[in-house]
Amino acid sequence: MSAHAATGSHGGATTAPGSNVLLGVKLAILSEVTLFGALFAVYFVIRAESPGWPPLPGLERPELLLPGLNSLLLVSSSGTMQWAVRSARGGNRSRTVRWLGLTLLLGGIFIVVQGYEFATNGFGLSAGTFGSTFYVLTGFHGAHVLAGVALIAIVANRARLGLISADRHTAVEAVSYYWHFVDLVWICLFSTLYVL
Amino acid sequence: MIAAARPSFVPGPGLPRAVLGAVIGFAVGGGGLAAAGAAGAAGLAPDAGQILGLGYLVGLLGFLLGIGAFRFWLTWAAGREIDAAEEHAAHGRAGDWRRYFRFTTDHKVIGVQYLVTAFVMFFTAGTAAMFMRFELAQPGVATSKDLYNTIMSTHGAMMITVALISIVGGLGNYLVPIMVGARDMAFPKANALSYWMLPLAILLVVLNPLLGGFDTGWTAYPPLSQQANLGQQAYLMAFVTVGVSSILSAINFLVTVFRMRAPGMSLMRMPIFVWALTVTAAIALLATSVVAAAFTMLLLDRLLGTSFFRASRGGDVILFQHLFWFYSHPAVYIMGLPGLGAILEVVPVFARKPLFAYPLAVLSFIMIGVMSFMVWAHHMFVSGMAEFFHIPIMLTTELISVPTGIVFLSALGTIWMGSLRFKVPMLWVFGFVWAFLIGGITGVFLADVPTDITLSDTYFVVAHFHYTIVGGTIFGLFAGTYYWFPKITGRMYDERLGRLHFWWFTLAFNLTFLPMFWLGIEGMRRRVADYPAEFGLVNLFVSIAAVNIALSVAVFLFNMVRSWRTGPQAAANPWRAQTLEWQISSPPPVDNFDRIPTVTATPYQYGAPGPGSPAPAPAEGGLAP
Repeated sequence: MSAHAATGSHGGATTAPGSNVLLGVKLAILSEVTLFGALFAVYFVIRAESPGWPPLPGLERPELLLPGLNSLLLVSSSGTMQWAVRSARGGNRSRTVRWLGLTLLLGGIFIVVQGYEFATNGFGLSAGTFGSTFYVLTGFHGAHVLAGVALIAIVANRARLGLISADRHTAVEAVSYYWHFVDLVWICLFSTLYVL
Repeated sequence: MIAAARPSFVPGPGLPRAVLGAVIGFAVGGGGLAAAGAAGAAGLAPDAGQILGLGYLVGLLGFLLGIGAFRFWLTWAAGREIDAAEEHAAHGRAGDWRRYFRFTTDHKVIGVQYLVTAFVMFFTAGTAAMFMRFELAQPGVATSKDLYNTIMSTHGAMMITVALISIVGGLGNYLVPIMVGARDMAFPKANALSYWMLPLAILLVVLNPLLGGFDTGWTAYPPLSQQANLGQQAYLMAFVTVGVSSILSAINFLVTVFRMRAPGMSLMRMPIFVWALTVTAAIALLATSVVAAAFTMLLLDRLLGTSFFRASRGGDVILFQHLFWFYSHPAVYIMGLPGLGAILEVVPVFARKPLFAYPLAVLSFIMIGVMSFMVWAHHMFVSGMAEFFHIPIMLTTELISVPTGIVFLSALGTIWMGSLRFKVPMLWVFGFVWAFLIGGITGVFLADVPTDITLSDTYFVVAHFHYTIVGGTIFGLFAGTYYWFPKITGRMYDERLGRLHFWWFTLAFNLTFLPMFWLGIEGMRRRVADYPAEFGLVNLFVSIAAVNIALSVAVFLFNMVRSWRTGPQAAANPWRAQTLEWQISSPPPVDNFDRIPTVTATPYQYGAPGPGSPAPAPAEGGLAP
């Protein structure tokens, strides 16, 4: 048991503990894929059945500019995350903290901008199927971003405390998988909800 | 470390604190929302559903915090080292009964928790069935239609949960790590978390009559489920919780099987039960989030004014059915495969023969897993879905009987020419063969579009799915429970009471459900409290038979409780089986293995002395070979 505690993960005796966590995260992401798959399926079915999109008069699709810029922020945060992983693998503590901090900042700004966008969109959750799909799809994703930001903050703090090193960086890797996935989902969401 | 930081007036992690946490959570979430509404804050006017929703969410969080589910992760997240002594203590001590009521990370404790919970639910939902048979014993309405609907829905919802968790969560948790030669699951804390998410959800389902009950059955089709009262919402929230728990446990099983196997335990040397659970976990992982999403959208339709499934506002009711069955048909295999796995595990031991066509059985499990995602719409032939979809779904549904048939053949081929020992677990195998055969054959008529359109929503369907789910899952569960009872408890069950249970249950089960096929063909509608008077006599017969199912289960309960307390000590390997769990003591030590074993052969080398995995120990349990 002490070996588990020392690595901060839950690995067993027979394999490298880190790899268990990474496989677990990959599987969790797989189940998230079907979650978002279901949400996208709902969106496309409802949209295909609607006479127009948005289906109700008086509704405008959101502007592209602000969410477009926001998307750029989130996409670049995947880059900074990957730099954090590389720094962690190299055992460079201060760089790891810095890149993680930057990722955290970009993720945080994304959430704030999206909150502003939600507040100024001019339509709400109950604006027919248009409002329902828009807010539930972006909302599910937003919740994932929020969770990601929390995880990055935790990992950044652990890096700051010197608990992440060249041979103990599973947590950073695991969070990076998740973060890239959240990023990828956003690219699909942005192209579907805003552009298409 | 957490303990040191805790003020003395806060109780330690455990059930009392969990209950306290749930109450405080509910008060903060639900009460807070209600108070904010009463104060008129920001135009809030929460209705009872929203208060219940937030209250449950925060209450569940409070419960989990109280039981101590997050204490290690919170320590880790705060950047402190996890206290190794406390982590070890969370594993539980042998012989300490209190570990069953705590956040214990030992997979064997969690397995027993799941198993006992599942049986308690089984008895509760069975009692609900007795009520239904009381109402249906005579034409006319003896109690009330609303009450009947609620009891019927609760019976369905709970039995589905039993079928989902009993073998996977109970026997699977207990046995899979031992069978692959590991000391625990890959993520012991997540394992305990997936169990402790359940009690509150189950309580919510049980208490739904107090919230007005629900009428939709477990399928929760809108628009009825959007209009019905709070009991409906309670069910929806509980089922989403069960879903999240089962995704978590699916990840755990898959990582355990793929990463934690002992040296030499290649994939094709794994016991067939482990294979069944692996495929089950894969299905659960991929399908469950779809139903969780669908139920969440339904909840949002009810609570926050979205219109996903509101036809009046552009939503699509059929879409819900698609999403629901996209999970819930694979879920039939989440229920069935573990049962088939337990059956195939028992057969070679009591036929003293290698498992027939093991590689084909494995392949069939995988094929069933893949194909289970292609058949969902056969539940919807009368729903008004797209016509062009009927024929392809009919064909895939018929095709899935091929791998299922191969699994069946594997059991029969093992029995064929074997030196059979008719111990209680083996009796359940024969019960399974009969029941599942009938379930499978009658399934053909429900897969074929023309017959299904006639038989839809009749008692033919009720009889069919009871023959498959009871025949597949519950017979497998009983076979597995008797088979592994000596391993889990360290004591032998009473063989004579076991036989009595088997014969009584099997006869009563068949007498209950065989007539229902006829009732269905004659046109008796399911899910309705009343029926035409000419069916009265048959229904009275069915009700009397159903009471006998309950009485036989009482024999089972008595046998289990008494044998666990005072049964004769069981040997390490009373069945002379070759899988790893029988090579260690009964019950197994807390860490399972002193030394991780090295596996050299498949576990089914019966009748052929040769390089068996670990050498089979001589029988010591006083059981005739």
